[in-house]
Amino acid sequence: MGISLFDVLGPITVGPSSSHTAGAVRIGLICRKLLGGEIKTAKITFYGSFAETYRGHGTDKAVIGGLLGFETDNEKIRESLALAEFRGLHYEIHTAEDPRLHPNTVLIEAATKSDRLRLMGASVGGGAIRVTEINGMEVEAAFEEDTVILFHKDAPGVLANIAHELTASGYNIGNLRLSRTRREGDVITVVETDVPVDDETIRRLRQIESVSGATMIERF
Amino acid sequence: MDLDSIESLLDETAKSGLPLGQTVLRVEQRETGEAQASILNKTERTWQVMKNAASAGIATDMRSVSGLTGGDAARYYNHLRNHKNLLGNLEAKAVSYALATSGYNAAMGVIAAAPTAGSAGILPGVLIAAQEEFGFSDRDAVEALLTAGGVGGVIANRATISGAEGGCQAECGAASAMAAAALVDIMGGTPRQCVNAAALALKNTLGLACDPVAGLVEVPCVKRNGICAVLAITAADMALAGIESFIPLDEVIDAMLQIGNSMPACIRETGDGGLAATPTGLAAKRRLS
Repeated sequence: MGISLFDVLGPITVGPSSSHTAGAVRIGLICRKLLGGEIKTAKITFYGSFAETYRGHGTDKAVIGGLLGFETDNEKIRESLALAEFRGLHYEIHTAEDPRLHPNTVLIEAATKSDRLRLMGASVGGGAIRVTEINGMEVEAAFEEDTVILFHKDAPGVLANIAHELTASGYNIGNLRLSRTRREGDVITVVETDVPVDDETIRRLRQIESVSGATMIERF
Repeated sequence: MDLDSIESLLDETAKSGLPLGQTVLRVEQRETGEAQASILNKTERTWQVMKNAASAGIATDMRSVSGLTGGDAARYYNHLRNHKNLLGNLEAKAVSYALATSGYNAAMGVIAAAPTAGSAGILPGVLIAAQEEFGFSDRDAVEALLTAGGVGGVIANRATISGAEGGCQAECGAASAMAAAALVDIMGGTPRQCVNAAALALKNTLGLACDPVAGLVEVPCVKRNGICAVLAITAADMALAGIESFIPLDEVIDAMLQIGNSMPACIRETGDGGLAATPTGLAAKRRLS
């Protein structure tokens, strides 16, 4: 599909830059959704242009706003650093260099009371993003389609069971990619569906043997 | 048909007898499958966000996040209120609201990109000024926004609206073209006049560098939004007088892409060349890092 009207009359977002602010909010939001609870600590590392300009673009406020659950059009993003303290989120901001990465890249290492997540994402323009790494595994997720992210072990039949649950509930799989650390190690599977997957199906996906997590993230 | 050619949009308008904005609405419905009422609601929300940003940007004397810019919208609006403006009231209001929106954007306020955040002041600046000066309804403004969206959509599909790819001609140039078409539309011009206005505006921003100081959407972006609003009104007024663009809009857009492709990277949003590389620009960058 070509460009829609609302790609040029929007997005509605906090300024000042769709790539340095709106995209950064979205990467933070995805991190929060995958962790599924209040984030207590976050170490944020900016690379490239993010590292050079994050203060002036408010990229730090944007990522933390996303970690606090604010959508891109939430005025509170401007105050997110103060709100983080109020909500008990302890954060650190770092900068680093890695010329192999997209110039607008951020690495977020976040933890709730019970879970930890390491996520790397790039803001690729106009608010569009790519998540490129989760927990040390290379992934490729743009969230331009409704997306389910599954964490599981590498074991025979897991993928078939995932596909079966989705198909049995009437969902069409538009795309599926998996990344694994090693044979019989950890796997992350990214499934794109044509419509958002309902909560009940997500709950059943989580009950599949060897699956430790499943999260639905609706398209932007 | 997709939104990839202005000529095909005009053909469809001629066949259906519908105004340009209504034709864009039909194309959007066909392409996305979304109901017209829902598209209109979203456009209405965009319009309300635009009006809110323009008024908030004037009312509050906010500094930008970096502290580089702020207060110019209020400064110019006072100039207008004291009747010191050299420009006519329409243009002076457009400058005020464009500066206000762009300043609000730099201060992390909520804006509607049009087509980008960096160029978000031009279209609302022109359209809100026209609404105030001539008493148009919100419904009229929404229809003009659809026309602007059609022009912006074709520019994005045929070329680019990214400063990193095409320089500022792709952002403030595209925004000026959208604003010029929207103004002709709301003033009752023909679809062909809307398109001519867009072509005149875009032609006169060709080659515009994207060279922001310290890589931030502030210098020269905020004031450029104000000045481009007047450029858009000039283009619209010429088109309403019956002046045509010698080069058709589709070809102007193609020329914009070709110019963008031949621009060096240092003037495509990297903050490494042009104004960003001046002694003053570099000193500001050092101060901020």
